[in-house]
Amino acid sequence: MSVLDWFANPSNWSGTDGIPTQMGFHLLYTGIALVIAAAIAIPLGVVVGYTGKGERLVAGSANALRALPTLGLLILLFLLISPVVPGQMVYVIPTIVVLVLLAVPPILAGTYTGIQSADPDAVGAARGMGYTKMQILWHVQLPCALPLLLSGIRSSTLQVISTATVAAYLGLQGLGRYIIDGRAQGDFFQMAGGAILVAALAFALEIAFTLLGTLVISPGLRRTSRRQRTPVPPAVGAIPRSAR
Amino acid sequence: MSTTITRRRLSIAFATTAAAALVLTGCAGQDALSSDGAAGSDGDTVIIGSADFTESQLIATIYSHALENAGIEVKEQFNIGSREVYMAALQDGSIDLLPEYSGALLKYLDTESKASTSEDVVTELTDALPDGVSMLDISPAEDKDILAVTQETADKYSLTTISDLEPHMAELSLGGPPEWKTRVNGVVGLEEVYGLTFKEFVSLDAGGPLTMTALTSGQVQVGDIFSTDPGLTANNLVALEDDKSLFAAENIVPVITTSKLDDTIETTLNAISAALTTEDLIAMNGEAATGTSLGSIADEWLADAGIN
Repeated sequence: MSVLDWFANPSNWSGTDGIPTQMGFHLLYTGIALVIAAAIAIPLGVVVGYTGKGERLVAGSANALRALPTLGLLILLFLLISPVVPGQMVYVIPTIVVLVLLAVPPILAGTYTGIQSADPDAVGAARGMGYTKMQILWHVQLPCALPLLLSGIRSSTLQVISTATVAAYLGLQGLGRYIIDGRAQGDFFQMAGGAILVAALAFALEIAFTLLGTLVISPGLRRTSRRQRTPVPPAVGAIPRSAR
Repeated sequence: MSTTITRRRLSIAFATTAAAALVLTGCAGQDALSSDGAAGSDGDTVIIGSADFTESQLIATIYSHALENAGIEVKEQFNIGSREVYMAALQDGSIDLLPEYSGALLKYLDTESKASTSEDVVTELTDALPDGVSMLDISPAEDKDILAVTQETADKYSLTTISDLEPHMAELSLGGPPEWKTRVNGVVGLEEVYGLTFKEFVSLDAGGPLTMTALTSGQVQVGDIFSTDPGLTANNLVALEDDKSLFAAENIVPVITTSKLDDTIETTLNAISAALTTEDLIAMNGEAATGTSLGSIADEWLADAGIN
């Protein structure tokens, strides 16, 4: 018996406890948490980056909330809302809250540093061309912020994907189910299988984000080689001094 | 310029020292992952283990304090996990002694067993125990897994026994520990003996706060609760009668590695087993639920029972 046997067993790939179903649930919880976190963090980050104010307060409190122990907070929330929330939501709400708390800080940091570090030459040029402040934000600063923003989302995804295993603690599905059930049943191959699947999923998402980056980020921003300061050739049609 | 170089050298030196200190603290001390088998088999130290729920730790604490008072060297290794995990630890020598529940242990070792009374369980268990492991006297104190429902659920479906669940099973969710999914004393047995396939099985904890809260708040309609849980009466829950005797008699019994057994240990543990009653367990569980330390509860019980 080994982990490979667990993977090779066809009954582990089908049914409500099968690997595809659990992966689907895992991605679902991750996706919901990331969407909510992005909806909170990106506007907040834009405001902080644009106005330049409140960076320490906002970033500091986001990071402090993240230091709350995930499992402890999960159980506390469950015990608190259990008398008032009916049905399945009582397991889902604490899980999503806990994952959102983890996901917000990287996206927030990525957004406001991205906006703040938008190339000032580009901003200046836009202002010179007569763009309004909102147009500058939307057409220049946000696209320039995209690499850092995407890297923030990427870092956040990685954390949420590996922590979403905690959903299984409250009886929900997801790849954590293999880890927790495997431990309880003494089936360590199941545990190892679950862990390997989480790592594989994280790896796949990393690759997906790299591809997304090449698609979405403007080529000018992607130029990572040293900027070659080639001398600008004189404008075509300029009359040479000697000929005047 | 020389001050800059000195400062650089100082910071490099400081960083190296800090890194080295971290590495050394990691190497020093006990390796947390190493099996305690080698350390435990030195002479007389008895390593006491327990499962991952309060009552098991409580009884293990009682054993631990009593044996220490009797002059035996003990080492505590509590909160290991479910039976599937700690039985492996017992057999490989990582732990030597732990409190067990006779019927549950029997059903784990021999899934075909049909014994249900205390005496039958003892007879079969003595044979079923693996080589090198022995059991001492059973205690009259019992703590069984029971299926509990709220008073409202019991009234709604007219439930008094587990069999009464069968016509309504498609509407009911069962809550229990993850190990129940594969256990005879769990989902597997409920299906074989009672023909019960619930709407869903929600993995929570072994008769702990998660299951209790889910049950009382209505997230699950049927929950695995321990019969000595003071929350049964406190939350007005109904314990369904096990009319087909799926869950056998669960007397507390010390299970110990045979090579570690000696007269002192045997006498002390048997005295504890004889003095322990189900009411004691309920009372102690109640105290533990209010936050009193297990050590003080154990000492109090030992003093009242007159042991050491």
